[in-house]
Order: sequence, then structure tokens, then C-alpha cells
Amino acid sequence: MAEMVFKRTKGLQDRPFHYCPGCTHGIIHRLVAEVLEELDVLDNAVGVAPVGCSVFAYDYFNCDMQEAAHGRAPAVATGIKRTLPDNVVFTYQGDGDLASIGTAEIVHAAMRGEKITTIFVNNAVYGMTGGQMAPTTLVGQKATTSPFGRDRDHAGAPIRMSEMLATLDGPAYIERVTVTSPANIRKAKKAIKKAFQAQIDGKGFTMIEVLSTCPTNWGLTPVEAIKWLEENMVPYYPLGVYKTPEEVE
Amino acid sequence: MAKVLMKGNEAIGAAAIKAGCKFFFGYPITPQSELPEYMAREMPKAGATFLQSESEVAAINMVYGAAGAGARVMTSSSSPGISLKQEGISYIAGAELPCLIVNIIRGGPGLGGIQPAQSDYFQATKGGGHGDYKMVVLAPASVQELTDLIMEGFDIADQYRNPVMIVGDGMLGQMMEPVELREPKKRNLPPKDWATTGKGGRGHTNVINSLFIDPAECEKHNLKLKAKFDQMEKNEKKFEVYNCENPDIIAVAYGTTARIIKTVIEKCRDEGINVGLIRPISLWPFPYEVIEEYADRTKAFISVEMSMGQMVEDVKLGANGKKPVHFYGRTGGMVPIPDDIVAEIKKILGGAE
Repeated sequence: MAEMVFKRTKGLQDRPFHYCPGCTHGIIHRLVAEVLEELDVLDNAVGVAPVGCSVFAYDYFNCDMQEAAHGRAPAVATGIKRTLPDNVVFTYQGDGDLASIGTAEIVHAAMRGEKITTIFVNNAVYGMTGGQMAPTTLVGQKATTSPFGRDRDHAGAPIRMSEMLATLDGPAYIERVTVTSPANIRKAKKAIKKAFQAQIDGKGFTMIEVLSTCPTNWGLTPVEAIKWLEENMVPYYPLGVYKTPEEVE
Repeated sequence: MAKVLMKGNEAIGAAAIKAGCKFFFGYPITPQSELPEYMAREMPKAGATFLQSESEVAAINMVYGAAGAGARVMTSSSSPGISLKQEGISYIAGAELPCLIVNIIRGGPGLGGIQPAQSDYFQATKGGGHGDYKMVVLAPASVQELTDLIMEGFDIADQYRNPVMIVGDGMLGQMMEPVELREPKKRNLPPKDWATTGKGGRGHTNVINSLFIDPAECEKHNLKLKAKFDQMEKNEKKFEVYNCENPDIIAVAYGTTARIIKTVIEKCRDEGINVGLIRPISLWPFPYEVIEEYADRTKAFISVEMSMGQMVEDVKLGANGKKPVHFYGRTGGMVPIPDDIVAEIKKILGGAE
């Protein structure tokens, strides 16, 4: 009898992901799901899915889910958490959802210190709609709506959400991670777990920003995409902790 | 319970709390700000939560989240703010969530003004947000009726898992009248076993959603919603028929305007003109059959509104060509004056038919 050495986490449903080859959403889903399983909160967790590539997250996470309108996940999560203060509530949002159309909602959920966890997946592009420029698209980066590369004079410089939200008193924990290597994946999981734990401990708003790849819309192979992220995104979006739960007492 | 004198906006709050509303999410806007102010003061005393949102958009999405988690929840605003909520209302209807939305209508379009108006009739009854959806829209004409409909509105929302809207205007919101908070007729409300409360021992996950990427599935969902809207249309019509025994003309009016028509009826009676009133209380579902029924007994209809002519289209549908349908309206926050309506009626009845 063979020994089982690897299996699907109970935090995910038995459904194939719709994500493109090389996209790191699958890894990030798995990390969140493993954390929910390990913290033993799958039975009381309520997640909020965004509009964007991860719009079907409600089909994947093995917990109660609500599908929000584009950008409104933090407001929806606020309604859920205020109704169910003892439940673990999280949002899973992309950069178009969180850093563009939903900026007001994320800033104010963070300001209020809503006791929710936001998983913010930043891949510097609108993925689902076909590779348009996002507020996080790097200067010079080509996208379908910045065909000559993002021009700083015309479209501004990309927004750093973790840094911006860390200026507020409401957040208890904000960290930026990535999933480009096994070591980084382990760090990302640790951060996600710490964020959910801080929520359970009632500390305040928590957000983990995960730098993610989009090989399809970047026009790169999965391996090239990992390299591009590390060489271009990480310098502009430095990994690290921007707010720690220890500071909030 | 003894009657107490209450201002319309505050009476809404008192009725909602009495009806077991546990959450209010709102954003300030004239002329309804007394309501969130009242809720901020009174809800904590009732073990309920008032939260001021960053925008009307956020408020309606907080309503979505709370309703999806099984809470009895409401929001309120006035015209421009209700426009901002339309996206959320469409999602709420699509995801089949119960909630109460109050619109204290002011003059439009755009920023318009802050005085009483009825120019959001189309928005409230014909969609407002995107997609095929309907919601019960109730238009009280007194503070007592306002509280009755707020309380019943929550039950209607729960019964059909659908948003319900109450429309008033600044006049109703600001006027003080004696009120008694009365329990609505008991309805058989289904359990909220669809709510996302954590899957716990349920054995399956609950998902609140309005996305159906397969067009065949999306159509199926629409057919299911339509069946529900048909039930609402059949069961939830409310109207008042007043002084319609032998009318020369029937005025169709709702809310504040219907009160003005009652004065018009008295004034016309003195001059030997018999004016009837059909007052739709539910603007959707609209009482088309009542209009059609009375078409046989009157020479004409006049739709009187604080708009440039919106409900008049439904009155015409109800009259179905049997009798002429006239219109008189003031808008932008101007309230019709009884004498002007009397003059309009005389013009209609004196004119060639």
C-alpha cells in the first residue's frame, strides 16, 4: 500500500481551476485554503470573491462565499463581519478590483479597522478582460490600453496599495509577499496564516498583497513571467511587512 | 400602544427597529439625514448596528453582505444617492437577497434640488439598475402609512428574497403626524437556510451570487426570477379608491400628491364637479386593472405628479385607450397647488371631448 504524501487541501473544492497555465492564482488559492484548514475555520469562514480573473473563487474555496460587484468586496465583507462577528471573513481581490474601482471601499474598510482579511493579488494588469493597463501596471509596461508602454506623464505612476494603507491606523497587519519560488511560497503562506490569526485575535484589518504573474497577458512563458516579476515588479513593489500586529496593542 | 407624534424620517427608523431591523448602512444626504441620525442614536439601544459608510455605493454593498449573511437590513438615501445604489440593487435582486431601501425623493436630474419630488418613479419601478428585475415599490401618503409599510416591507422582502423600496419625499419625511407602530399581518416567512453563516454542520457551502456565465443557465435564473416577480405582481398590489362612485374625472396620484388631490376633491365638489381619486400605494406592482375597471365609470383620468410625467404612462396602460388620460405635474421641488389642479380639471372637462 502506497503512502499518501500529498493530497488536496480540504479548503478547496474538487473542481479544476480555470486559470491559465503558469498563472499563480492557483498557488495563492491553495495557500489560503491550506491556512483555513490548518486554523480549523472552514466551517465558519465566509469569503468574498471579486470581479476579475478570480471571479469564480466561490466555486473553489470550500467555505461559504459571496460574489461581490467589482471593487465592492470590502464593503460586502463589512456587512458580513458586522452581522457575524465570530466568523472568519476574507476578501480575495485582484489589482483592478482593489486598487482601481474599489479604492474607496478598501481604504475605508482599512480605516475602520474591519476585522477582515484581504488577499490582494497584484499582477500589474487587468487579466480577465484581456490585458488592459491597471493602476499597478509599471511605467513602460505594455498593455492593450498602453500599447506604447505606460507613460508616467499621461497615466501616472503605479499605486502602491500596501504602503498607502499602512499609513492608516486601522490596519493591524499588512505584508507584501510573492510566490515565485518555494521559499517565497513558504513565506507567503506564513504571512497569510498570520493575517487570519490576527483577525481571529480581533486585532483589526489585515491585508496580504501577493505579487502574481500573468504569463498570458504579459506575453511571456511561465518561467519568463516569474523572472520578469522578480526583476521588474519586486524592485517597485518591495516585499516585506508594512504593518505588524505586534504594533497594534 | 398609544399614538405618538413623530416626524416622518424618524418614524421610518422607529418602525424599522420595531420590525427587527438589525443593521442600517447609510450616507448623509438631504432631505433624509434625520433618518441615519435617528438610527445612529437609537439602534445601539436596541442591540442593533448603525454604520455610516464611505459612500452610497459602499452602503448598498454592505447591505448585500449583511443580507447575504442572513440579517434584516436596510439603507436609505435620496435621489442622487439612490442612483449610486442602482448597481448594488441589481446585484441584490440578482442574488435574491431581502432588504429594505428608502428613497426620500428630491428634485432632479443631476444634483437637482432638495425639495419634494416624484421624479424617480421610472427609476424605482422600471428597473433603475441593469438587467431584468423588479422590486415592490411602496408609496405611503401619511406618516402612519409610512410606518405600516416599512414594517410590512421587511416581511415582503423576506418572503420573496427580493429588495423592497419605500418612496417618499421631503414633505413626508419632515411632517409630524400621530403614529402607532402596528404589527403587519403575519406572513409565512421561509427560513434563511441559504445565508452564508459558515457551512458548519450544514455539509455543503452556501454561495450568494448573481453570476451565471453559461447563457442557458443565466436565462434559467431569469425565468426563476420572473416566476417570483409574477407572484409579487399577483399578491402585492395595494391601492386606495376614494370618492369614485360617480366621478366626472378620476385623478391618479400617490404619496404627497394624493393628499393634495383630497383637497382638490373638496374644492371641486363646491363647484359641482365630482373628482375621484385612485391612489396607487404599490407603484410596482401597479394597479392597472383598477384603472381599467374605473375607465368605464369616468369621463377621463388625470395623472397628477411631482414630475414631468412618469406614472402617467402606467395610467395610460391601465386605461387601455378606453378614456383619455391627461397629465398635470410640477417638478424640480415645486409642489402642485390645489387651485391650479382645479383649473386644469375644469379646462379638461370644459374642453371638447
